[in-house]
Amino acid sequence: MTAYTADEMMTIAAARRLANGEVCFVGIGLPSAACNLARLTHAPDLVLIYESGTVGTRPTVLPLSIGDGELAETARTVIPLPEIFTHYLQRGRVDVGFLGGAQIDRFGNLNSTVIGAYDHPSVRLPGAGGAPEIAAHVRRLLIVMKQSARTFVDRLDFRTTAGFLDGGDARDRAGLRGGGPQAVITDLGELTPDPVTREFTLTAVFDGVTADAVRAACGWPLRVADRLAKTAPPSEIELRTLRALHERTREAHSHRVRLTLNR
Amino acid sequence: MSAVEFLPLRTAMERHVQDGMTVALEGFTHLIPFAAGHELIRQRRRGLTLARMTPDLIYDQMIGMGCASKLVFSWGGNPGVGSLHRLRDAVEHQWPCPLALDEHSHAGMAVRYTAGAAGLPFGTLKGYTGTDLMTANKSHIATIACPFTGEPVTAVPALTPDVTILHAQQADREGNVLMRGIVGASREAASAAKALVVTVEEMVDQLDAPMNAFVIPAWRIAAVSVVPGGAYPSYALGHYPRDNAFYQAWDGISRDRDVFLAWMTTHVLKTSTHAEFLQRAGALA
Repeated sequence: MTAYTADEMMTIAAARRLANGEVCFVGIGLPSAACNLARLTHAPDLVLIYESGTVGTRPTVLPLSIGDGELAETARTVIPLPEIFTHYLQRGRVDVGFLGGAQIDRFGNLNSTVIGAYDHPSVRLPGAGGAPEIAAHVRRLLIVMKQSARTFVDRLDFRTTAGFLDGGDARDRAGLRGGGPQAVITDLGELTPDPVTREFTLTAVFDGVTADAVRAACGWPLRVADRLAKTAPPSEIELRTLRALHERTREAHSHRVRLTLNR
Repeated sequence: MSAVEFLPLRTAMERHVQDGMTVALEGFTHLIPFAAGHELIRQRRRGLTLARMTPDLIYDQMIGMGCASKLVFSWGGNPGVGSLHRLRDAVEHQWPCPLALDEHSHAGMAVRYTAGAAGLPFGTLKGYTGTDLMTANKSHIATIACPFTGEPVTAVPALTPDVTILHAQQADREGNVLMRGIVGASREAASAAKALVVTVEEMVDQLDAPMNAFVIPAWRIAAVSVVPGGAYPSYALGHYPRDNAFYQAWDGISRDRDVFLAWMTTHVLKTSTHAEFLQRAGALA
């Protein structure tokens, strides 16, 4: 078996959770890599929607921004952004969404707004973007985040995005129609919500990772499933496809742009 | 109905943007009007309320140069790179001046522009539910009941900028403007504004626009300025790609106040036109 990094395993584990033919709302970074890896391997008919307004896009290199020209030029259609959020997302036409954040709690709620108090933050983060409504409306939400006790916290500094709120049926009572977070994929393993309490529980670990190592990288007392599964290591084709995608992307983004002005 | 004026960029900005106004330079990653933003920095505008879904590098620059007292936005990062360091410094340390925030989600900002474009006092969405944004920004986000079913929905006030500034690919000689590619919330921001100013890559005899294309009729526009490369380092589909390498380099330039100020002085304050800026930024072939 070829050696691989935790980041690669994380991206591959996320890609495996996408089914062929699903409609997927894609964020920049690791989610974009995972979605395109899935499209290039087991899910060729995955419909990728980026919030910039590109529907059914098939980029050959990963975009740096959510609105790179590559996304528009390889899309089935490019529509105004308000329509993406209303006619597609709010109307319930998106199956899967992918999010990350700076902090997550045991019920899959996310913070991407501030560390510290909102009015006097010690770190001002980018903010919500599409996240609150993606999490509200997709049938199932996947979360990808590197795990550490600093980011997997007992209490969020700010709740930017609702997961299962306080757990149990809190999400339904709040009137959130989408199914909520179905998995948290980290660089150590995979967490899924308890069917009743909705607390995220460690249900699979990556090769060479122990449950104790995952517990140590979590800021709340992490529950571990009685039957802990092992995530299958990357296949040759998964690894080769992902590396080629990253290589094409690096090459495409490494050049400064030079303009020729018409006068 | 008033006639569109073709104006040099400097004159267009002097005439339409005054201190204290609410200004929206829109364009979602694509067609960001950098040249217009730089001109506002050169004219040393102060006390602006800046609206944009994604502040991007252009508002990072305007905030760092002291143009803004308030930001209306929904995602303030450098896409795919990390933080907007000047925005962070303004919020975390009030440098170079305090910056008030009116913060939303993308869906909420889109609804605010849409309501403004329709002449409505507010718009509604199913959004913000279960988030702390509702309390952090309660003067701009509220829950109301549907008058017909009682179902709770979220309301956000209309956003009606004094001026919206867009960049587009082409204008014809009458001043009709054609925009191609990713448009974000540009159509809504254009219609919501009291005045619309557009910079374009080029002037053409015929737009040759498909029937359902995004064309803004000349009579809706206050001023058009021809500014080739006017979206750089953002991009104009069909003209030049996004300079992703520059977006990555901005992280290093903007991290330190002095490095930032030196860069802005050399590239923006000490240049008088966008063509000169492009040359100094090493962006010309």
